[in-house]
Amino acid sequence: MPYQFTVSPDFGPDQLAGWHIFNTWMQRQLETDIHFETFDSFDAQRQAISEDRVDIIYANPYDASFLVREKGFVAVASPRKPDETTIAVPADSPVNDIESLESGCRIAQTDDPDISMMGMIMLEPANLDKSNTETIIQDSYIQVAKALIQGRADVGFFLREAYEGLSSLVKSQLKPLVTSDIQLVSHTLLLGPKLAQRKDELGKRLLSMSEGPQGKSLLDSLGFDSWNPVDEEEMEFMIDLMEALVA
Amino acid sequence: MQDMNPSDIRGEFQEKILKHFDGSQRKVLVTDVETPYPEGRLIVSRTDTEGRITHCNRSFVEMSGYEESEIIGQPHALLRHPDMPAAAFADLWNTVREGRKWHGYVKNLRKDGGYYWVYATVIPNVRNGKVTGYTSVRRKPSRQKVEEAISRYANMS
Repeated sequence: MPYQFTVSPDFGPDQLAGWHIFNTWMQRQLETDIHFETFDSFDAQRQAISEDRVDIIYANPYDASFLVREKGFVAVASPRKPDETTIAVPADSPVNDIESLESGCRIAQTDDPDISMMGMIMLEPANLDKSNTETIIQDSYIQVAKALIQGRADVGFFLREAYEGLSSLVKSQLKPLVTSDIQLVSHTLLLGPKLAQRKDELGKRLLSMSEGPQGKSLLDSLGFDSWNPVDEEEMEFMIDLMEALVA
Repeated sequence: MQDMNPSDIRGEFQEKILKHFDGSQRKVLVTDVETPYPEGRLIVSRTDTEGRITHCNRSFVEMSGYEESEIIGQPHALLRHPDMPAAAFADLWNTVREGRKWHGYVKNLRKDGGYYWVYATVIPNVRNGKVTGYTSVRRKPSRQKVEEAISRYANMS
């Protein structure tokens, strides 16, 4: 039976093909069958993890604690692309800083848990939390932008990269208030217990991916510069950090 | 910890003596200058089980006013401001030593005598069932909560 590989559902649609190619690459490197599966939601993916139906995952930092400390996954490598959050309002909003946002404001966001968490943390200076705001979940960051532009939301949470990738036309109708600068939290490739003993082997091959033109092209299709090793203590530190931030 | 040095201080300052729980004391020099919390940043540090700083991020270094080499290996009390009641830190240590997460509003002292407020969360770092240290993560506090903390701390020792 093939191993199961999945990717955190917050990848951009442009990267789907790249992840398929990455799966093919992994199968060749590890000389084993791996089935690539995507999930529509974080909840669906977590359910699969709980039921031990995932063996390899490019994981959202929010899920790292569950994967490592409860399901025995080990960290292999990370592209070290820190997840940062941009908070924006409509361009014509009278709000020019976080502290001017008011109780009852409507927040448009995707179900990306680490962006949602950081967004709520950055609203705390305005005395805002889940009890005095309304959350409107959108399927994508472009939908978050639309919700703001169409007046269905007062403020939006974006993955910084996704905000920067919006068209000039869309961005001209939005006003960014703040962008996080944490630098310590990023997605990580993890191996489950069945493959954990191959961590060093996979790690070496990932690190050398940037050495050849095909590898560079694959990295490019994933939006990465390179893979970087992640040791156990570094992973535990990121998990501690996430646990300190979770309400 | 060394006493603070007047040549490092920016602005008019007052001299105060801080007495630590281990019986040691330190002369600190404090001004009224507040450094605003940097937008979007987290100030992160780790200590060993005795409270000595083992790691800190760039935001920690910048806000403290110290060089990183002046921070690593120092007790976290390096940043203790005399306006913070000892009871707040006693509560922190009692909480994390029981393996629990602690939250609180903290006024920190900078090398130049100024201060900055944070909303801090401290958790124990557990490795193979053993506490190996503590991680502290600080974020921007609301002004209202800071004012409430100031009132509360004024009545505490």
